[in-house]
Amino acid sequence: MQRRYFDYAATTPIDKRVLEVMIPQIENNFGNPSSVYSFGREARKSIDESRDTVARVLNAEPKEIFFTSGGTEADNWAIIGTAFANKNKGNHIITTSIEHHAVLHTCKYLEKHGFEVSYLPVDEYGMVDPEDVRNSIKESTILITVMYANNEIGTIQPIKKIGEIARENDVYFHTDAVQAFGSIEIDVKDLNVDMMSISGHKIYGPKGIGALYIRKGVKIDNLIHGGGQERKKRAGTENTPAIVGFAKACELVTENLKESAEKAIELRDYMIKNILENIDEVRLNGHPTERLPGNVNVSIRYIEGESILLSLDLIGIAASSGSACTSGALDPSHVLLAIGLSHEIAHGSLRFSIGKDTTREEVDFVLEKLPAIIQRLRDMSPLYNS
Amino acid sequence: MSRIYFDNSATTCVDDEAIDIMTMYHKDLYGNPSSLHRMGVEAEKAVEECRNKIAEMLSVKSKEIYFTSGGTEGNNMLIRGAVEKNKRIGNRIITSKIEHPSVLEVFRYYESQGLDVIYLDVDEYGKIDFKKLEESINGDTILVSIMMINNETGAIQDLKRIGELVKKNSKKTLFHSDCVQSFGKSVIDINSCNLDMLTFSAHKLHGPKGLGGVYIRQGLNLPPLILGGGQESGFRSGTENVASIAGFTKVLQNIDMKSNTDRFVSLKKYFISKVASAVDEVIINSPQRDDFADFIISISLKNVKGEILLHALEKKEIYVSTGSACSSKKNRTSHVLEAINIPRDYIEGTLRVSFSKHNTLNEIDKCIEALAEETSKIRKFTRRK
Repeated sequence: MQRRYFDYAATTPIDKRVLEVMIPQIENNFGNPSSVYSFGREARKSIDESRDTVARVLNAEPKEIFFTSGGTEADNWAIIGTAFANKNKGNHIITTSIEHHAVLHTCKYLEKHGFEVSYLPVDEYGMVDPEDVRNSIKESTILITVMYANNEIGTIQPIKKIGEIARENDVYFHTDAVQAFGSIEIDVKDLNVDMMSISGHKIYGPKGIGALYIRKGVKIDNLIHGGGQERKKRAGTENTPAIVGFAKACELVTENLKESAEKAIELRDYMIKNILENIDEVRLNGHPTERLPGNVNVSIRYIEGESILLSLDLIGIAASSGSACTSGALDPSHVLLAIGLSHEIAHGSLRFSIGKDTTREEVDFVLEKLPAIIQRLRDMSPLYNS
Repeated sequence: MSRIYFDNSATTCVDDEAIDIMTMYHKDLYGNPSSLHRMGVEAEKAVEECRNKIAEMLSVKSKEIYFTSGGTEGNNMLIRGAVEKNKRIGNRIITSKIEHPSVLEVFRYYESQGLDVIYLDVDEYGKIDFKKLEESINGDTILVSIMMINNETGAIQDLKRIGELVKKNSKKTLFHSDCVQSFGKSVIDINSCNLDMLTFSAHKLHGPKGLGGVYIRQGLNLPPLILGGGQESGFRSGTENVASIAGFTKVLQNIDMKSNTDRFVSLKKYFISKVASAVDEVIINSPQRDDFADFIISISLKNVKGEILLHALEKKEIYVSTGSACSSKKNRTSHVLEAINIPRDYIEGTLRVSFSKHNTLNEIDKCIEALAEETSKIRKFTRRK
């Protein structure tokens, strides 16, 4: 059976050019970068070059890039690290109600450790109002963390504006750019961010690698202590092949960003238009235009997203009912509830995410199969029949 | 390949078969294990297969194994988890002076946070003093963390005895061991050692970098270090490193511990007998005894700078280490070598040779020959001064 992958927001296949630079690193350049002989120094050099590349694509300085085991670790480090390092200045943190769990659960953890967290609401499109951010800042505010683009509904936040507000008020600003990076052009200097999390496996790079951008001068504690790697900020033997692969992925994904975004937007809008036109009682979740190029998220009334998902899976279509992390859970998505959906409607949500390899034919295949699947499930649904 | 790689305690080459599997997972089986569709299910299956294999090796339950980004994260999460969980019932934590920095630095952090931290001395063989340990364990002790095999000298601690002492003196004290050097190379008996937690890493035994894991006794319910999507039963969030995990399964399936041990024993025996006759004024810090690992040999040469010797050997494509890789860049003598009291005129001339299943007796001949030659060159130069 032919597979049609519409879950690029969960994870992406590796770009073969990324794999091509990783394999020699695994096979030949396996030295420990901390070893002083040439063999280790070569690994060190590969890491340094990779850091330069990542810095270049973000318009950061190489010494502002720290490699981590992924986006989740980067989010945890940014938030816990700045909270504890700056608690003498205050204990208040501002975030939103639609963040990824890597941010939300970290904020909940800090609440148990004496911090106060404001979870800002979003509008029906999942958009944060920068004025809400401004009005929530108080004397004790030490950190604002707002995701760049939402992983479930794709809404892109006014990060630059929020960054300005943070800077005017002298508060650190972190953004989780795990979903946005690779889809939108990002310039950390232009955005006024102090910290930013990115991940490898969302941009056709390997899993198990990510980075935290930390603007020079930001006061942050370590999350992982030990051997003094990453300029004494993140201990642990560096994952050289993954770092080199990640840098290559960063380079490739930003190289053709404009064209690939245009192509994705075209497919996205085509898909949205068709679903809304051909299926009854369906709504689009997220902002109509300020959304990730590859994100389609719809709620289909009277049926469970999971049922649709499994029916799609049987014919080789891989989609998601929410974010991958929460798709195993029975609770409706916190993001969909935050944009005002009822539990019932939130349960009938479906996310298709489009990637660089997605074709018009694949989209057409989904559009052809989806109405019948939905009709069949609705015919079995007591809610629909009544 | 003419390269002679004797730095396998720093890191190892990845098994070819594992590389093939990792490539396959990167390219085709790239699903996110949390996804509900079959690509997600396949990925999850690969993760569980590895977990089962590790559990089988350690004779524990699969759900007692959690994956991490490596040994350092593992040590951090366990020590921190134990302290966070139990700091209300006590504030003393105990370790030794010869632990890896990923243990020591976490203890130092907690020392700076006001915890009562005991760093146990070791004897000339790198062994902790059981009497001192027993005296140190009081009603306030919440954690004892002692590594199994030391990464610089190969000294093996008597974990069974330590575990007995810990549990005899305080039921509530948790016992952790950093088993990064021993996992997959030595038998680890969790039950008879009374271990509550242990740490392991993949890249020390021909697995990929960026992967490790921990064992946590069922029911401990430690708070996590990294929060988020709830992977690893909520204990370690973050999308699983599926390709590396799948590759590691193959590595573990390929391990022939008996044949590896036989090889290490003969390599070590050969090296020690050769070096003593080839070079004068050399101390063997890792004697051939049951309580020293067979795959690590630390030697100290009088009036030689280890780093100069290392670079001289490197020119002949022989790769060794002066200590652990993690501390080798710092311009100071190793805390481990200081703790075992190596004489002052020997300590800087310390080299570590560590073996893998690929090393041969022939390589040792070449290494010793080069070592003798370069040592005498360096000594001539030093003495002339």
